[in-house]
Amino acid sequence: MSAVIGKPRRRVDGRAKVTGQTRFADDLILPRMLHCKLLRSSVPHARIVRIDTAKAAAHPGVHLVLTGDAFPVAYGVLPVSHDEHALCRDKVRFVGDPVAAVIARDEATAAAAVDLIEVEYETLRTLAAPDDSLAHPEPRIHEYGDTGNVHKAVSLQFGDVDAAISGADHVFDDVFFFEGNTHLPIEQHATVAAKDGDGKLVVWSSTQTPHYLHRSLAKALQMPAAHIRVMATPNGGGFGGKSDPFNHEVVVAKAALMLDRPVKICLTREEVFYCHRGRHPVLMRFRTGVTRDGKITGVDLQTLLDGGAYGSYGVASTFYTGALQTVTYDIPTYRFRGCRVFTNKPPCGPKRGHGTPQGRFGQEVQLDKIAERLQVDPADLRLNIIAPPDSLTANYLRIGTIGLAECIRTVVASSGWKDTFRRLPLGRGVGLACSSYLSGAGLPINWNDLPHSGVQLKLDRSGGVTAFCGATEIGQGSDDVLVASVAEVLGIEPFDIRAVTGDTDLTPVDLGSYSSRVTLMMGNAAIEAATRARDLLARAVSRKLEVPVERLTFRDRRVFDRDDPGRGVTFQEAVCMAEAEFGTIGTTGSYTPPKSPAKFKGGGVGPSPTYSYTAAIVEVEVDPDTGWLVVPKIWIAHDIGRSLNPTLVRGQVEGGVYMGLGEALMEEQAFRRLPPRLSNALVHKFPSMLEYKSPTFLEMPEVHTDLIESMDPAGPFGAKEVGQGPLLPIMPALANAVYDAVGVRIDEIPITPEKVLKALQSKAAGKPARVGPASFPENVPWPDALLVTPPWEGGDGRASNEPVKKSKRKAEAGVEATAGVRR
Amino acid sequence: MMRLPPFRYRAPRTVGDAALWLAESPGDTMLVAGGTDLLPNMKRRQQTPRTLIALRGIAELCAITTGGGVGAPGEPSASGESPSPRSGRVGIRIGAGVTLSALVRNEEIRATLPALWQAALQVATPHLRNMGTLGGNLCLDTRCTYYDQSHEWRKAIDFCMKKDGRTCWVATSSPRCLAVSSTDTAPALQALGARVRLVSAAGVREVSVADLYENDGMQYLTRRADEILTEVIVPDTSGWRSTYWKLRRRGSFDFPVASVAAAARLDGDGRVEAVRLVAGAVASRPLSAPKAEALLVGERLTDERIAAAAQAVYEVAKPMDNTDFELVWRKKMVTALATYALRELRGDDTSAVRLRLARQVL
Amino acid sequence: MSETTIESGAKVRLALTVNGEPAEVLVDAYKTLLEALREDLQLTGTKHGCELGECGACAVLVDGEPVLSCLALAVACDGRDVQTVEGLQANGALHPLQDAFADLGGSQCGYCTPGILMTAKALLDRTTEPTRDEIKDALSGNLCRCTGYLQIVEAVERAAEQVRSGANGCGQVRAGAGEHGSPKPVDEDSPAKAGAQ
Repeated sequence: MSAVIGKPRRRVDGRAKVTGQTRFADDLILPRMLHCKLLRSSVPHARIVRIDTAKAAAHPGVHLVLTGDAFPVAYGVLPVSHDEHALCRDKVRFVGDPVAAVIARDEATAAAAVDLIEVEYETLRTLAAPDDSLAHPEPRIHEYGDTGNVHKAVSLQFGDVDAAISGADHVFDDVFFFEGNTHLPIEQHATVAAKDGDGKLVVWSSTQTPHYLHRSLAKALQMPAAHIRVMATPNGGGFGGKSDPFNHEVVVAKAALMLDRPVKICLTREEVFYCHRGRHPVLMRFRTGVTRDGKITGVDLQTLLDGGAYGSYGVASTFYTGALQTVTYDIPTYRFRGCRVFTNKPPCGPKRGHGTPQGRFGQEVQLDKIAERLQVDPADLRLNIIAPPDSLTANYLRIGTIGLAECIRTVVASSGWKDTFRRLPLGRGVGLACSSYLSGAGLPINWNDLPHSGVQLKLDRSGGVTAFCGATEIGQGSDDVLVASVAEVLGIEPFDIRAVTGDTDLTPVDLGSYSSRVTLMMGNAAIEAATRARDLLARAVSRKLEVPVERLTFRDRRVFDRDDPGRGVTFQEAVCMAEAEFGTIGTTGSYTPPKSPAKFKGGGVGPSPTYSYTAAIVEVEVDPDTGWLVVPKIWIAHDIGRSLNPTLVRGQVEGGVYMGLGEALMEEQAFRRLPPRLSNALVHKFPSMLEYKSPTFLEMPEVHTDLIESMDPAGPFGAKEVGQGPLLPIMPALANAVYDAVGVRIDEIPITPEKVLKALQSKAAGKPARVGPASFPENVPWPDALLVTPPWEGGDGRASNEPVKKSKRKAEAGVEATAGVRR
Repeated sequence: MMRLPPFRYRAPRTVGDAALWLAESPGDTMLVAGGTDLLPNMKRRQQTPRTLIALRGIAELCAITTGGGVGAPGEPSASGESPSPRSGRVGIRIGAGVTLSALVRNEEIRATLPALWQAALQVATPHLRNMGTLGGNLCLDTRCTYYDQSHEWRKAIDFCMKKDGRTCWVATSSPRCLAVSSTDTAPALQALGARVRLVSAAGVREVSVADLYENDGMQYLTRRADEILTEVIVPDTSGWRSTYWKLRRRGSFDFPVASVAAAARLDGDGRVEAVRLVAGAVASRPLSAPKAEALLVGERLTDERIAAAAQAVYEVAKPMDNTDFELVWRKKMVTALATYALRELRGDDTSAVRLRLARQVL
Repeated sequence: MSETTIESGAKVRLALTVNGEPAEVLVDAYKTLLEALREDLQLTGTKHGCELGECGACAVLVDGEPVLSCLALAVACDGRDVQTVEGLQANGALHPLQDAFADLGGSQCGYCTPGILMTAKALLDRTTEPTRDEIKDALSGNLCRCTGYLQIVEAVERAAEQVRSGANGCGQVRAGAGEHGSPKPVDEDSPAKAGAQ
């Protein structure tokens, strides 16, 4: 029935991308443009005693030198962590923290002048890793946070988990580690700032979140947001790495205002590693109670996150390490404790999967161990415990459709799992893992009742349509989703529509290209806007043709009588009729996610209008003599809800598989701590594309992709997310495959040949056939748990031991805590 | 964007001119051919020569000639020909300016010098092989994860012995720099018994590839600063088999973190008449393994002999913690690489192992 | 190439052929071809991801061969023939590679795309029947973080077909409902299937 949706199609921005016409931020060249370079800290932790910029300022060709004095106001993406200044003021917190900026006639001149800046530091203790930070509350990296160098420690309990675990037939207690890694978009971050003709600030930037940059610039520069225009240029890859407001963006904005000239900055690759905001290194402990028939009675999860030097999205990341376990499997009782510590390293933040892959890895590998112990096929074990559809979880997440069983059955069939699992010769193995992911965060970062996404349409007498939305094209195809949604509703071709996106002056707010929210939220807003426009056109055409509105069909650029297709007008004629009748045709649509029934503190992380599901099987070949491992093939099935453009959907699935495989096998954001007796140095081990190992064409295995369409009523045309979920199962599936191949457990990521061989040698020596962390630290200062009664025990979504603000209760009174009863 | 520091640029047309210009100020002049090693180093300010002499425009450096009859570049007649493993005759002369791609495209090299061909094919990426030259790969700066970093990064560790600092952070008590020889072609050529021609304004000399290197991360070449490596002379290798095995994380881009080149001549009975085994990327120079060679001469390449020889190659390897992968495992992989190499020389079909390790069929 | 000396800090006049047309430009002597193309010739279609030869984003063709423009001295390119993504179209039509990449998901964010297109063009100029392994080998010096490479390989295969069949890029190639991409609808008669048990 649909004309556009569901058909493989050239993306609307495809032509620009293959002709070199797509203008990325660094491609912008403006008259009189100056160039900025940042001086970054060469020490990991120190007080700034003195900065002397005189020589740099006097250097020929230099127009401006800025230091932290110019930036008194802090900002940050989360309201609870406004801990960044565009340039460091009193202290530096990691090697790479920016301390000064030079704006000069060209980049080479700016770089030369940066070398002339002298900074005197008073060094402080280097906190290199979480155990350092836990052991040393002083010196504090920040003067805020829960305690000492603990940024955030949370504890949530849903039901009597201790009784449930102690009463289980089996208790599994496993510790896992997931090393940090980074996004590595091929495009380095770049920003151009200028004063517009009327004197207002305009900023073009490679940002996934122009709205948050807009807000942050207003705050950091202390000027009205209405006088700032942020344009997100198409991102040359984001993956979460361009979701924070960045210091370099604030710096060039300030410089452009001061100099009244355009100022550009484009980071080097090394600087991109310092921006980071990538995957948190997470140590985790899963205690899980299981019945003899493989049902989970309870999960007690602890996670310890190495946050790096700033807050970023870290509080949300911390909650995400524990939020979505219950959305995948039926977990009747649950305790989650998460702790994020500050260390003197580039800040971690959201990378594709945001906080979820780490916990997903632990849980999926533990399930493999459970299946092994219970002598159950891991696929059957999972099929037996999938969370029920249309239900509330123990932590009050509302699940809609679940295509996970179909996903599992599909990969089991397509891969021939029943003939391969535990049946391949030594050195070859297969492993299975599953996942679920948000289709957009249900709560906004800045708490308010405003829509999360808005779309405006302008219908022109020419028959052309312009769609305006704040969403940002980062390669995922958001412009295509916008245009396709409008085209489908109005019965016109995508080519008839112009997308104007990511421009805070011209487009209504969309919160940004993160949390897999754009397809669902922008898509629904687009449908609403287009439906309103169609209604206007239909009313006008109905009157003119004397055909009832409900009989009018919009298709093939025509509006016609369903019962007499020859009787109709062209779409352009319809627009003119409507404009004649109603005046200029413009409509809006907006989307606000449903209110979450979770009312406890921390319940804001995890809710989503709907969740995607994925199952994957990874095949591995392991050389038992060396540990060398190769992945020849991966089978994956993803519950997409509905595939809007299958070409793009498949690209997202395979791209997620690729990135997951990189994390699984080789990617590491690793650091070097020089011997403390000789040096305070703590540096990124290899901030380069060469030594940060990203798989090439030659490492990419064959991938068999199946898309499962569960037609979720919450999604536009039934669609769910696809940008992040398919990454999640790859890492644990590889770990499980390695076990199948050679009988050793690698309980940490990445899984490298060294670790495999070490585990094999340990096994041969009669020691545990495992490489992984030995224990979880005892000295984490956990707060008392918030006690939340699960819905099926009569809970109302609130913590029984949390004081509730009166005003908050009142505001929520209208919201029904529709706790579904399921047992 | 990473940018080059200023430099004076000179592009001579002959080796003679290049040598004369180099002699003017050898201490702060560097030669550049493909630029794939030097230019990143210059952008990171590891090397900041005042003058660059570009060799790409010198046609005489780009020839591949077979047989001994052709004169060497920059020198009217060849002298002191390399003793070949068997005949004492020159097999092939390869100009230092031949790109690695051109070398790989050469069917004769592929047929007669498989170790060199395989080594060249596994250098970096196709683009970099289109640019990089054989001479450049032989003179490749030694590498180290404490050294191949930007000036700003190196400042954060207070620099290192190889450039601007005093300490070798790889082993802080080390009296010498431990940067790693990361050339692929040198171990192969050393195993093939090749020599190189060094031309300066003062004269011409030839040294064996084995004598081109020293086990010092800073003074890793015996080439004098005023000399130009103009040509590689490979002896007649008829009757010889050879192979090159490389360890790296990915099938592309990455430098070797361990490698083994092997060349052998077997008699009709499968006994080893002569053999050379060279380990690459596990020290500051390619390391020959004379004990391993001694274990093999006169013997058949049985699994046991191969294992013993591979163990002896393992023993010469001295990897440190300054490349990708853990050093203990890297060292262990030398055994595996030597085993694969010797099995291949024995005539085993090693293509499946090769495919898994190199991720491509060579 | 003639004997040359250029003093440090000088500017140098280059005469190149860029995308088939003569181009003269005055550049700083320290600049690479990448900088000359992007900053002095305003050909920003050529991208950069590291400037150290570690990603392949800046690949262009010099005298028909793929090279990394970030490691080619601009002064050394005097007199040479340079092709960039801006010159890939011909006679008002996209190159078959461009069509195939746009249609088959070969380009997501599009940032690595110009370098990959130019490298693939050199391959197809050499052979119109590349095997899958040859395609992967030829492109093994180009990193892409979005696609997972598979749709790129398929796009090159499709383009090779188009070149073989003589089509020189007229409009879109048919977007195939490849077996991997085709959605697998849940049986409509049994909605429970979608929801699992």
